[in-house]
Amino acid sequence: MDALFISRLQFAMTTSFHFLFVPLTLGLGFFIAILETAYIRTILDPWKTYLKGLIDFFGKIFVINFAMGVVTGIVLEFHFGMNWSEYSRFMGDIFGAPLALEALTAFFLESTFMGLWIFGRDKLSPRIHCLTIWLVAIGSCISAFWILVANAFMQHPVGFELEDGRVVLKSFSELITNPYVIGEYSHAMFAGISTAGTFIVAICAWKILHVQNSREPFEKCLIAGAIYLGFGILGTMGSGHMHTQYLAQANPMKLSSIEALWETENPAPFAIIADVNQTERRNNSEITVPGLFSFMVYNKFDGEIRGINQLQAESEENFGKGNYTPPVRSLFWSFRIMVASGGALISVAGLIILLYWKRKSMLEKILRFIPLILPLPFIANTVGWYIAEVGRQPWIVVGLQKTTDALSPNITTNQVLLTLIGFTILYTIIAILAIYAAVRFIRTFEIVYERSES
Amino acid sequence: MLETLQIVWFVLIAVLFTGFFFFEGFDYGVGMLLPIVKDESERDQLIRSIAPVWDGNEVWMITAGGAMFAAFPHVYATMFSAFYLALFLMLVALILRGIAFELRGKIDSKTWKTRWEWAIAFGSYIPAFLWGVVVADLMLGLPIVKGFQFSGTFLDLVTPAAIVGGLTFVAIFLAHGAMFASLRMQDEKFIHKLRSMAASFGKTAIGCCVFLLAAIWMKTSILNDKPISLVLFILAAGSLFFALKCIGDINDRLAFFSGSIAIIFFTTAVFTGIFPNLMSSSLSSDWSLTIYNASSTEHTLKLMTIAAGVFVPIVLIYQGFTYWIFRKRISIVNDSSH
Repeated sequence: MDALFISRLQFAMTTSFHFLFVPLTLGLGFFIAILETAYIRTILDPWKTYLKGLIDFFGKIFVINFAMGVVTGIVLEFHFGMNWSEYSRFMGDIFGAPLALEALTAFFLESTFMGLWIFGRDKLSPRIHCLTIWLVAIGSCISAFWILVANAFMQHPVGFELEDGRVVLKSFSELITNPYVIGEYSHAMFAGISTAGTFIVAICAWKILHVQNSREPFEKCLIAGAIYLGFGILGTMGSGHMHTQYLAQANPMKLSSIEALWETENPAPFAIIADVNQTERRNNSEITVPGLFSFMVYNKFDGEIRGINQLQAESEENFGKGNYTPPVRSLFWSFRIMVASGGALISVAGLIILLYWKRKSMLEKILRFIPLILPLPFIANTVGWYIAEVGRQPWIVVGLQKTTDALSPNITTNQVLLTLIGFTILYTIIAILAIYAAVRFIRTFEIVYERSES
Repeated sequence: MLETLQIVWFVLIAVLFTGFFFFEGFDYGVGMLLPIVKDESERDQLIRSIAPVWDGNEVWMITAGGAMFAAFPHVYATMFSAFYLALFLMLVALILRGIAFELRGKIDSKTWKTRWEWAIAFGSYIPAFLWGVVVADLMLGLPIVKGFQFSGTFLDLVTPAAIVGGLTFVAIFLAHGAMFASLRMQDEKFIHKLRSMAASFGKTAIGCCVFLLAAIWMKTSILNDKPISLVLFILAAGSLFFALKCIGDINDRLAFFSGSIAIIFFTTAVFTGIFPNLMSSSLSSDWSLTIYNASSTEHTLKLMTIAAGVFVPIVLIYQGFTYWIFRKRISIVNDSSH
């Protein structure tokens, strides 16, 4: 193990951990904002009480989750300079701007109004209080946008020029309208909604089964969550499909690796499962649907898709000898795990909605299985980022800088190992404590509505 | 044009760091007071005084870092990789601190709360100290070789002089935090205690400053080359003296105000002192990172100038609004449901 490998492992660990919380923040923020908007527009009980209860309930969890996202996010801003100083030098002119803009336009907004939202209930009018949670949710969206602008450039550089061995910004508007960012951003936002939808559905199902007094608000919230989830997954699938089609031009190597297509074919088949052999650069065996891969990319059953081997040869022509093939087997399976998770989630969302209106007694019976879906979006989000980031290897900035050239020259293997172990231990501890606090809260929370009061 | 923008960005970085040291200064300061304050209810009041605003304050640091990345990528790269282990420690501290604020109140148990209070204290002392070390090192210079690479080890960062810098920051922030807290409390007895703490930490801070200046004067020529920097340092110490006098006169507002002015003078003195360098090489002045050889291009700087010009004032307005909303002094008993 060398400093490069451990640094990559460390970045993978800290970003993946960070991204356990981010999607939930993105999706849950808007959900709570919608609840609170409904709350200030509702006059009659029991709905007023129910909504208030649900806001308190999800709000507390949101706050814990938000804090986890914030503290693990600072690490990432430091990482680029600490572990990847040569990347930072090479990319600073382009990469620094979105990061600074993220802090200026999003972090301040989120953090400041989060404080107002948590502590300002007695001090602000209901409308202003509701506005603060909207601003938090919007802030988190803006934040996601800037960081994905930065990431999209690494995947598909646009609006730049090479000058004295570093990239310099040529067009800011091209940078922020990079077609790659549109795909990534919409996919990430819908994934956030799906994550929150799953979370709401899972938690509400559990609450319905375990709390006697406050079933009704959680029942309604279950349905709202299922609709939110369905909407999120449909969007995730649509944006994912759109983005994958775009990948065919923007980063064909990534696309063909995801589908383990070694040789150029027309029409290209879609492999449902494949036994990938990276060393011999072929699949030992595979089950394919003829023409389907071409259909997915071109919306028709013919059209050439270049294979990994041809793309490798092309890259060698352009950039010199070297290995330009990412690890195909893990990309291939990651993609299938992600798609399968999405499929499972939309089925559950559909089933809940269907049973709620058609056969409520059946819904009762499946309630206790619903919380089991909770890990799915988190798994899908993680493997999704794995595909995005590992899929561009060996490049850190596709076509411009290799990951091997990005590392800080002055850090030692032991230092990186020490910090990796340190972060791992710390993250484990805070995850346990946060989950402990959240679970304890979820268990004991009740929405009390006393009829005598009204 | 490029040169003007580089200077503008040097000033803007200085402004962001000033904002950072002002906001996080009292924020860390209040956190650092926790182990000193023995009374449980008083510790609770201290935490309540910054609970709604700490997160927004912390963004000043993140923005200063991000702006450094955008405007002077080489400085960001060299500084963050040079201070590798120090920054790791700082991140650990900041993570614990942030989590502590949110989790402390979530479970009603005395042990749970006390442990998180220790986490807040740890998370306040470490960054306060380490930023002091960083600032001292920026003035003292570091072993940087050609190509902007730091060639030293951890021990080159934590020299005795740099440790004095760290202690200076801890003392200034403790005083700043105590003066802030005295403005935020209702309990007269507690305010009285805070005043005496502010006074003793203020005195310590002035003492530390003198040592720090002596170290800088011995090791570098900053104070000889830039008398203005020395003047600003003296003004910083003078403002702190004045703050001490105000504490004696029981004028808490003026005390906090002049303490804050002291921080502004201090930061300005540092940046004036190092100009046009951002990181000086102790090996050869040719290898220093200056605003001219370490900056982004004109295009990026121009863009970021517009962004900063628009958004910094907006941020200040809504942060100001937050402080105004939470202007009411902290009651002894926590009467809100949170």
